[in-house]
Amino acid sequence: MTDLIKPIFSVDDLKITFSTQDGDVEAVKGVNFHINPGECVGIVGESGSGKSQTFMAAMGLLADNGTATGQINFQDHNLLELSTAQLNHVRGKNMSMIFQDPLTSLTPHMTILQQMREVVKLHMQMSQKDTDAMCRQWIDRVRIAEAERRLNQYPHELSGGMRQRVMIAMSMLCDPSLLIADEPTTALDVTVQAEILDLMDELKREKGTAIALITHDMGVVARMCDRIHVMRHGQYVEEGGVEDIFYNPQHAYTKMLLDSMPRIDNPDKTSHHKLKPIDQQTSAENFLEVDDVKVHFDIKINGGLWPKTVPLKAVDGVSFKLRPGETLGIVGESGCGKSTLARAVLQLIPPTDGTVTWLGKPLNGLSRAQLKDKRKDLQIVFQDPLASLDPRMTISDSIREPLVTFASHMSRKEMQEQVLQMMDKVGLERNMINRYPHELSGGQNQRVGIARAMIMKPKLVICDEAVSALDVSVQAQIIELLMDLQEEFKLSLLFISHDLAVVREVSHRIMVLYLGRVVEMAESKDIYANPMHPYTKQLISAVPVPDPKIERARKSIKIPGELPSPMDPTAKLKFMPSKLRAGETNYIPKLIEHNPGHFVAEHDSLTDLQATG
Amino acid sequence: MLVNKKKMESMADSMSSHAPIEGRSLWQDAMGRFMHNKAALISLIVLVTMIATSFIGPYLSPWDFESIDWALLGNAAEMGAPSIENGHYFGTDDLGRDQFARVMVGTQISLMVGIVGTAVAVVVGVLYGAISGYFGGRLDNVMMRFVDILMSIPYMFILIILFVMFGRSIYLLFIGLGLFSWMDMARIVRGQTLAIKHKEYIEAAVAAGVSDFKIILKHIVPNLLGIVVVYTSLLIPGLILTESFISFLGLGIQEPLTSWGALINDGAKTIQYGTLWQLLFPLAFFVTGLFCFFFIGDGLRDAFDPKDR
Repeated sequence: MTDLIKPIFSVDDLKITFSTQDGDVEAVKGVNFHINPGECVGIVGESGSGKSQTFMAAMGLLADNGTATGQINFQDHNLLELSTAQLNHVRGKNMSMIFQDPLTSLTPHMTILQQMREVVKLHMQMSQKDTDAMCRQWIDRVRIAEAERRLNQYPHELSGGMRQRVMIAMSMLCDPSLLIADEPTTALDVTVQAEILDLMDELKREKGTAIALITHDMGVVARMCDRIHVMRHGQYVEEGGVEDIFYNPQHAYTKMLLDSMPRIDNPDKTSHHKLKPIDQQTSAENFLEVDDVKVHFDIKINGGLWPKTVPLKAVDGVSFKLRPGETLGIVGESGCGKSTLARAVLQLIPPTDGTVTWLGKPLNGLSRAQLKDKRKDLQIVFQDPLASLDPRMTISDSIREPLVTFASHMSRKEMQEQVLQMMDKVGLERNMINRYPHELSGGQNQRVGIARAMIMKPKLVICDEAVSALDVSVQAQIIELLMDLQEEFKLSLLFISHDLAVVREVSHRIMVLYLGRVVEMAESKDIYANPMHPYTKQLISAVPVPDPKIERARKSIKIPGELPSPMDPTAKLKFMPSKLRAGETNYIPKLIEHNPGHFVAEHDSLTDLQATG
Repeated sequence: MLVNKKKMESMADSMSSHAPIEGRSLWQDAMGRFMHNKAALISLIVLVTMIATSFIGPYLSPWDFESIDWALLGNAAEMGAPSIENGHYFGTDDLGRDQFARVMVGTQISLMVGIVGTAVAVVVGVLYGAISGYFGGRLDNVMMRFVDILMSIPYMFILIILFVMFGRSIYLLFIGLGLFSWMDMARIVRGQTLAIKHKEYIEAAVAAGVSDFKIILKHIVPNLLGIVVVYTSLLIPGLILTESFISFLGLGIQEPLTSWGALINDGAKTIQYGTLWQLLFPLAFFVTGLFCFFFIGDGLRDAFDPKDR
């Protein structure tokens, strides 16, 4: 059947080489594939596998030091042989691309309408009036509310999800026959991701646009793609239909990718699940108590000589207790205040109000010197492994740093010995001791970050999105490492992440944050089996599952409306519009204990919420 | 023999697996890139040669820079042209002093003014900027407004007034130039510090209990070095130019010491008498020197942030 259809895009023996100071690097080593009209082909691989470069070459966007050989055929042109002028005719009109970061791919000083007009002007002969009408139509079509107003706004005034929708609308303006989506949802929250994927799927079915989807997320692939190519080190290790790949993977690498994906529907499936149950008798008293912590930032609005300041309530009254050896997962979408909360607990940002009690003594209000003593037991692991290490220090210097401050009585040799032992524990080879962070991979750097946090044997470690920037296989290793260390040192962890599937694997209890407030807190099993709050339900339903049959059968729960700005005073009542209608705009939903240990914030019922939209 | 071979093998084995691999720091990477930049490398070689010559040169010349060749006095235009025979390789100046020796001394003085002035600027500017940027808030405001005030003072007038009041001396020149050249550096460093201080590794250091002062010295300043080095290589020629301008006005260096600017000034005065060598030799050194500095600066900039190319 597929032999009869002529593919619109085909790649023959494509090789891409980058010349660098240390010699030539072959990023793509001879790949072949094709895309048929109206088909969605997924290119899956981890970072550095060369998956994006293939399409960068097709769009003529290779970096200056890169050369491509072979053939890329699109509508009877070999794209590699076209001049820039000829290529300009093809790209944008017949073939368009959406990128990972929707903010950087829109020009900041032009309104949405101006940018869309530009695309139309380049590729189509149309009057200004028709152009504007078409732009408006597309903006409606990608389901952006208040199209008229949005068109005259600048990119920074839109949320991330809206920007990505604008990008999709722009790339669809000229009815391209091929849409290349390079990690289109990686930078977005799960609920927004679900909406964007639905939108792309709809366009594919309505317009017959072929989609090339480049991603690292097997869940996204399971939802969207008809065929899959698994890429590693510049080569395809496996290719086939979506069901073949998921239910009958042949190559070890594909199996490993599928295995290491944390699954929200069935956490026990993954092999590295080692979470130790916590002793229910352990008292939470006198360990870590966070009581009604608030962090407000003053934001200046409408400049002028005497600008008004308005508090931005990043964290607005969060309380919880943590037991020794327990892991509390904190989940929420971007901007919900989870990182700010972590920093407030560690006093890296002083809380505006409320108390943090550590081992029975309050942490806030301490002087720097007093705090320094406590810091020994309180450590943090950051999201970006490279950014959290000083680029000018060797990794052993970085790991040693806490020793130098807290154990200055030790001799240099003893410190070195400790550093080496710690490196063994986190799985770094001893001969890497003099290396610099930029010479290591992301996973290795994260191990260095963990070693630095662990070297003083702290009692509490906060992992702020510690595995979010890593590839899934590395992510699985790091999680395993964290759990091993937790067992060895009897650590308590605050595990912050936007990825609900990962949090489920590592946490005893889970707390869901929404705009700086707790909406639900319960045992990890409880919250996934029986989510009560509509926001939790929405989050859980939006996480893609790496299993095409389950994923396509699932219906994600949609609650109308964008994620509101935290500056909007009515935002905190998004899940209680009944109070808004009653005029009680200052009402604060209370946390109610439904079952023992299962707290849920007051809300209207899900059906009511969906009906009001 | 056999045993030895085995031993060697096992040693090689253990070497490869246990010996720490030497890491390549960002600094070494940058130097590697710099060495690949031909224009910058050649400039560096030329500059080093020039500096070496300025120190070795005087020993090769039979004349020193201040004694007058009485045989030529008053006849510089006719007999003072460059010649190997009488030992005046670059000819003589109007007073019959050996131009070669004077150019060598002028080179030393000019470079010294540039380097000492820059050293003051780097030390004061980096510390001032890093402290201001790191602590931020009111301290930052006060420190930066102070810089603004200093910058709005027309420093050239002040320098000239200082020279007129206290007489011409090389120390006054160092103090004067050092006093006014650190402000730009402080501003640049403060801006960079603001960017660096929100990086996660600084936060990690705070979380690890490292004191503020140590954070500035161990984490912030080393990460500023790239931009400081680049700015330094541009500041040196800037100061040399300033000094030349002051000397050209007839202020600055006290005779019989001299500098590039003073020599060019002298040469320019006598250009109508046909003694072109009095202008051309110092001018050639001056232009070549500055050219080298700018090329090196450019090479350093490319080496330290390869992304911007």
